[in-house]
Amino acid sequence: MKAKFIQTVKKMKDNLRSWLSDEKNMNLSVPLIAIMLGFAVGILIMILTGRDPLDIFRALIRATVGIDTTKFGSGKTVFNPRYVGEFIVFSMPIILTGLSVAFAFRTGLFNIGAEGQLMMGAFGAIVVGVLFDLPAIIHLPLAIFVGILFGALWGFVPGLLKAKFGVHEVVVTIMMNYIALFFTNYYYKQLPGSNNVKTVPIHETASLQSDFLSNLTNSSRLHWGFILVAIAVFFFWLIIEKTSFGFELRAAGFNKHASKYAGMKVDRNIILSMVISGAFAGLGGVLISIGTFDYGRVLPAFEGYGFDGIAVALVGNTTALGSLLAGLLFGALKAAQPLMQARGIPKDIASIIIASVVVFVAMQSGIRSFLHKLRKVEEE
Amino acid sequence: METLLTMITLALIFSTPIIIASLGGLFSERSGVVNIALEGLMMFGGFAGATATVKLEPLFEGGLNWAPWIGLLIGLITGLVVSLIHAYLSINLNADQVISGTAINLLAGGATVYLAEIIFNQQRTETFKTGFSKETIPYLSEIPIIGPILFTNIYPTVYLALVLVVLGWYVIYKTPFGLRLRSTGENPHASDSMGINVYKMRYIGVMISGALAGLAGAVMVLTQDIQYTIFSIHGTGFIALAALIFGKWKPFGLLFASLFFGFSQILSLYSTDIPLISGLPLEFFKALPYVITIIALVFFSSSAVGPKAAGEPYDKGKR
Repeated sequence: MKAKFIQTVKKMKDNLRSWLSDEKNMNLSVPLIAIMLGFAVGILIMILTGRDPLDIFRALIRATVGIDTTKFGSGKTVFNPRYVGEFIVFSMPIILTGLSVAFAFRTGLFNIGAEGQLMMGAFGAIVVGVLFDLPAIIHLPLAIFVGILFGALWGFVPGLLKAKFGVHEVVVTIMMNYIALFFTNYYYKQLPGSNNVKTVPIHETASLQSDFLSNLTNSSRLHWGFILVAIAVFFFWLIIEKTSFGFELRAAGFNKHASKYAGMKVDRNIILSMVISGAFAGLGGVLISIGTFDYGRVLPAFEGYGFDGIAVALVGNTTALGSLLAGLLFGALKAAQPLMQARGIPKDIASIIIASVVVFVAMQSGIRSFLHKLRKVEEE
Repeated sequence: METLLTMITLALIFSTPIIIASLGGLFSERSGVVNIALEGLMMFGGFAGATATVKLEPLFEGGLNWAPWIGLLIGLITGLVVSLIHAYLSINLNADQVISGTAINLLAGGATVYLAEIIFNQQRTETFKTGFSKETIPYLSEIPIIGPILFTNIYPTVYLALVLVVLGWYVIYKTPFGLRLRSTGENPHASDSMGINVYKMRYIGVMISGALAGLAGAVMVLTQDIQYTIFSIHGTGFIALAALIFGKWKPFGLLFASLFFGFSQILSLYSTDIPLISGLPLEFFKALPYVITIIALVFFSSSAVGPKAAGEPYDKGKR
């Protein structure tokens, strides 16, 4: 009996080893290992600073599926759908900034400007929502469209400068983030009725909010934006994987000179890639300004959606499905923050975990060579 | 006239952290490693400097207050240690340098506030009593024009920044070490063939940048703030990056770029008194350094400036 058990364990170990060291699985195994190591760092820090690491998982479970594990057997209600709604609300913008960063990445561009593009998108939707008074059937699509357009415009500028002048997009997008912050802050305050902190509420006809969804989830802020997120994920997959345009974008990402030699319009593709990338982030902003909230907010500083998007894109291997899953994971961490704080854990442990995961993703060549070594051990 | 001189002094004070962090970026990028982590390293330095000052101040009560100076040193060391992550990732593991820098920026916000919660039980450090205080230097302050600008109501850290720029210029352009550092950023393979250890030079470059950025963060918090909060650095690291580019990766270039950016911030405070620009909103002046940097980048683009190999991991096999 015991010998058989040991044999099974050994077999499982061997299976795991050969799965991990197989090159084909590394697109999945490397991000998974990075996530696990990131959590390990978080847990280590919590133990070193005298906090109970299990609390993180309790908070994560409660924040995602709405079940409070500490109340099991106490006779009180354990399930609260409000948390599920809020979890989706937290995840949606970073899925979109993740798609934004991932899309540019596929063309070999590093879009650090998702933050600014998101702010411009939020701003565009608010301008339409506050200034116009139209029937909902026109008003809401127009607000969404203008928001996406503003985000796309903020992606167009670095794309153009990269294509025409060879200016590095990383620096330009960083600068564009700050310009977006000050630009939107100034013009929010110029809208009629605004004070120094926020604008007046948008007309209801331009809102993504829904009483139905809110009631369904015990008055969370859940709104119709999730349909747009689903469309965006599908759209990303369709362009990148299924169209010749997407193929050209990926080709430019692999080797710019070779694609140019093959007759592809690399300059045009760089600009288009940044425009579409900006559009994804812009949509993220739309969801925040006319979905999560119903007014424009004058912000003292960045909220970090763009940087979270970088983490999402990298962990999600710059694919559509990967960004969706990574966005949900980091969304869960963000949604769990208030619950952690309530249990005496500084909520910033979530940011530490996200940052650590990015550190380990950045180390992926190290992780890969380690996995290759595993293979060699096996072969010996 | 008097207002103008005060404005220049204030611009110098505002520019100090930008100058120091930007000079740090210069060392890293000249060695071939792009460092967009300046912001995060400044946050680590600012947090460590403020924490050390808060904790040490009671020891110096009554006597000369050395606490902020030790705070600067602690900030410097912290920046150096954290920059080792960036060095290891981008030099040893050939990680994308922008990703690695982003990771440190992400980490900075979380880690500093987490530690503040552990040490002080709040989202920021406790307030320090004095930090650095402005000083007027006798005799020198009476020199016309230079006196009011450089020697009246000024922090000693301003002199530190100016000395560091001169020192940086000397090291980069007048020493064998500086030549080697620059060569690894321009053509690492050629440098390697001449017997220069590219990995070592890049490590030193990144570590100097970490030390200076940490110092800059500590200077910023200890002169312009009363405690460290998540907003203390508010993008100064990125302005330093802009100054480095606008200054064409040259020590005196970045000095003037930083002064210019500092002055544009001060201008926003005084803009209502100056008839020509009084109608312009505060946000205009805040956005100005970033707009100017983008325009400058477009102008520079025709002539190649900046280290040629910056951003590329060094691969010995490609030699």
